[in-house]
Amino acid sequence: MLRFITNRLLQGIIVLIALYTITFFLIKAMPGDPFTGEKNIAEETKQLMREKYGLNESVFHQYFLYLKNVFTEASLGISTSKAHSVNEMIGQSFPVSCILGLTALSFAIGLGVPIGVASAVRKNSWVDYSGMALAMIGICVPAFTVGPLLQIMLSMKIPLFNVAGWETPRDIILPAITLGLVTTAYIARLTRSGMLEILSQDYIRTAHAKGLPVSRVVCKHALRGGLLPAVAYIGPAFAALISGSFIVETIFQVPGMGQHFVNATKARDPFLLQGVVLFFGLLIVIMNLAADILTGFLNPRVRLGQE
Amino acid sequence: MSFPSILTIARIPKIRKKLLKPLQGVLAVIACLSLWSCDSRSSVEVATDKGILIMGNSSEPKGLDPHVVSGVLENNIIRSLFEGLVIEHHSKNGEYLPGVAETVERDENSTVWTFHLRKEARWSDGHPLTSEDFMFSFERILTPSLASDYSFMLYYIKGAEDFHKGKTTDFSQVGVSAPDPHTLVVKLLGPLPFLPEITKHYTWFPVPKHIVLKHGKIGEPFTDWTKPENLVCNGSFKLKSWQINDHIEVERNPEYWDARNVGINGIRFLPINNSYTETRMFASNQLHITYRVPPEMIAYSGEHYPKNLRTEPWIGTYFIRCNVDAKAFTDKRVRKAFSMTIDQKSIIDNVTLGKQLPATGLVPAFGDYPASTPVSFDPETAKKLLAEAGYPNGEGLPDIEFLTTDQDSAKALAEALQAMWLEHLGVTVKIRQLEWTTYLDTMFKQEYDLAAGGWIGDYLDPLTFLDMWIEGGGNNRTGWSNEQFEALLDKVQQTGDQATRYRLLKEAEDLFLEERPVLPIYWYTRNYLISEDVRGWNPLILDNHPYKFLKLKAAN
Repeated sequence: MLRFITNRLLQGIIVLIALYTITFFLIKAMPGDPFTGEKNIAEETKQLMREKYGLNESVFHQYFLYLKNVFTEASLGISTSKAHSVNEMIGQSFPVSCILGLTALSFAIGLGVPIGVASAVRKNSWVDYSGMALAMIGICVPAFTVGPLLQIMLSMKIPLFNVAGWETPRDIILPAITLGLVTTAYIARLTRSGMLEILSQDYIRTAHAKGLPVSRVVCKHALRGGLLPAVAYIGPAFAALISGSFIVETIFQVPGMGQHFVNATKARDPFLLQGVVLFFGLLIVIMNLAADILTGFLNPRVRLGQE
Repeated sequence: MSFPSILTIARIPKIRKKLLKPLQGVLAVIACLSLWSCDSRSSVEVATDKGILIMGNSSEPKGLDPHVVSGVLENNIIRSLFEGLVIEHHSKNGEYLPGVAETVERDENSTVWTFHLRKEARWSDGHPLTSEDFMFSFERILTPSLASDYSFMLYYIKGAEDFHKGKTTDFSQVGVSAPDPHTLVVKLLGPLPFLPEITKHYTWFPVPKHIVLKHGKIGEPFTDWTKPENLVCNGSFKLKSWQINDHIEVERNPEYWDARNVGINGIRFLPINNSYTETRMFASNQLHITYRVPPEMIAYSGEHYPKNLRTEPWIGTYFIRCNVDAKAFTDKRVRKAFSMTIDQKSIIDNVTLGKQLPATGLVPAFGDYPASTPVSFDPETAKKLLAEAGYPNGEGLPDIEFLTTDQDSAKALAEALQAMWLEHLGVTVKIRQLEWTTYLDTMFKQEYDLAAGGWIGDYLDPLTFLDMWIEGGGNNRTGWSNEQFEALLDKVQQTGDQATRYRLLKEAEDLFLEERPVLPIYWYTRNYLISEDVRGWNPLILDNHPYKFLKLKAAN
């Protein structure tokens, strides 16, 4: 198990280095620079700004300078488009995204797994059809439709929630539903297919033959194996959910991480963009690792195969 | 809803019954929430009670340093925190009320101005505000390393441009002096009868010398002095909290000289990017004032919120730049032909939808300045002009590309123009949409034939729309220049008489329109929603509302 984890960790580090290198050069290749503004500013002024941010150095130098700051000072740089350090910006927005993402994920698991299990157990019945139709809708209808619809129905027509904002705990609910819908749908479909495969196995037939009640067969024998595909998906999905979504955040006025990706790109803010990409990369690596460990725990064949 | 529900639903024989269970849970939660919301009042009701104004402010500000930032949304916040020598009148365009300066004197030709600062002026930390702070502030914004993109607003001061461009490093060469702590003397390059109008702009605002220097050197941008825990200001409000992408809240500044006449206790600025969300938030009483109303929702808002929708002229012009170095547009007859086939009214009625005004000239009509009228829709003359230029029915014209941004509204407008040019001139113009920064970069490099653009006036004088078109002007970018035009602008700088100035400016504008390096389309309006609780918010063409005069009182 230890070797398995070390292996995955090493892979993670390689992924992060590759990610840094690719984004660094992609950012350099973007047209325009961080100091292009609506009002044109003098070239000398731009030069001074570049010096302030160390952007006048050679590309090679900049590449290592940033890495050095990350490792020695744990600093992701200063945003060129907003007057804050990238650490501060992520520090303020990540907890928000984290709460929203966790709520969305619990919503997705709480709804997706039961739908998937029920659909599998009652295959080709109305339960299955309606569950999967719901899942299909969840996948097909985009957040920018669901969000405003929820706002109009549950805030304007029936004033249950605020339209948008991030002040009371109640404000989490609408964006969490909007954000979690796609994940719910995927989890439902993955759980269904996982369960179907397991339910047709010999050992399940044996369990039935032993005269166990159906609920016990499903919960005790089938669920553990049937959830594997969904668990593998939940890891990266979790990372995606807690790293924010630009669309959900702008619709519901949530001060999360997602906006930084888009705004930093638009503003050609090299440090903010690099910072959030690296942070997101790190999250993905950690979540994948967690999912792998959890899979190993659920399915001994995976960890045994490695040893 | 979390894991236990899996187990309940998975007890298979009774699945149908059990399926209802989580649903019941959901219903129970909704019922609780509805009870919870029934007894709580809306955000606006609570805020009105507390005397706090909630304003939509479109986006997260780039910063709060009046010398470094340059946008409308930053201006909205900075105006609450800082106060200049004079302030905007709350209902009359082009007039001013005393700010830090109690009285203003000028010499007979409006070239030397003396500002008498009030003795009770204080920074929000209680430190006295003196002419020394203003001297420091002027020096700071003109220091090249601060890299302010708006320093040119001080170029009217003698020697300011040379200092900013590094031709001299001796600030005593610049025409400002502080004979005593409460007197500030400003010597200008030439007569400028409307100087107080310019000092309302945030580039002329004082910053606290003792605080700025504590957190960095004079010419160092983005230091920590504007952080919430450090920021010291002199306006009617001071910074209370700042959550990135969530809100900025300001509260009453007890050290403000006129604190007892400030009508509200604070302002909450919300960086709402999504204008549809903003309109919906207004509809559910989460906001007092929206930043804007999206075009598609103007008619809807007028129907549902007739008392709240405001449409007011805003000093700005939307236009298309012609690259006069591009082969197609070297001839002014071609530029005019393109301009005359733009049906401005149709664009306003069908595309922009905001009751904008057809731009018959470059400078929007305001005050005593009469609007120019040479720009009109006249396809017949346009055809003739195009033929005279050697392109009958558009034959022989090189390929033309219209550069615009990637917004949906920009695309709709571009397509409308494309159709008009095709219908009336027989010319097929290609549309090139670029993402904002790339668009700016391309436009600045003059790599376009036609490019969408616009300009919002910085102060209430035609000069703010005209002086950008001089040769090599940072925002000209059309390649156009004209000696006669520049001679007229020079003459303007030498006279202090407003009537003569306006006559000369009009002459310059007419010359500019005769040459037509830009094709004016419409004059901006501002469409927004405002709660009836807000009292004292009057239409102002510059949209620089002084907040201290506002009052909040529940409408019913």
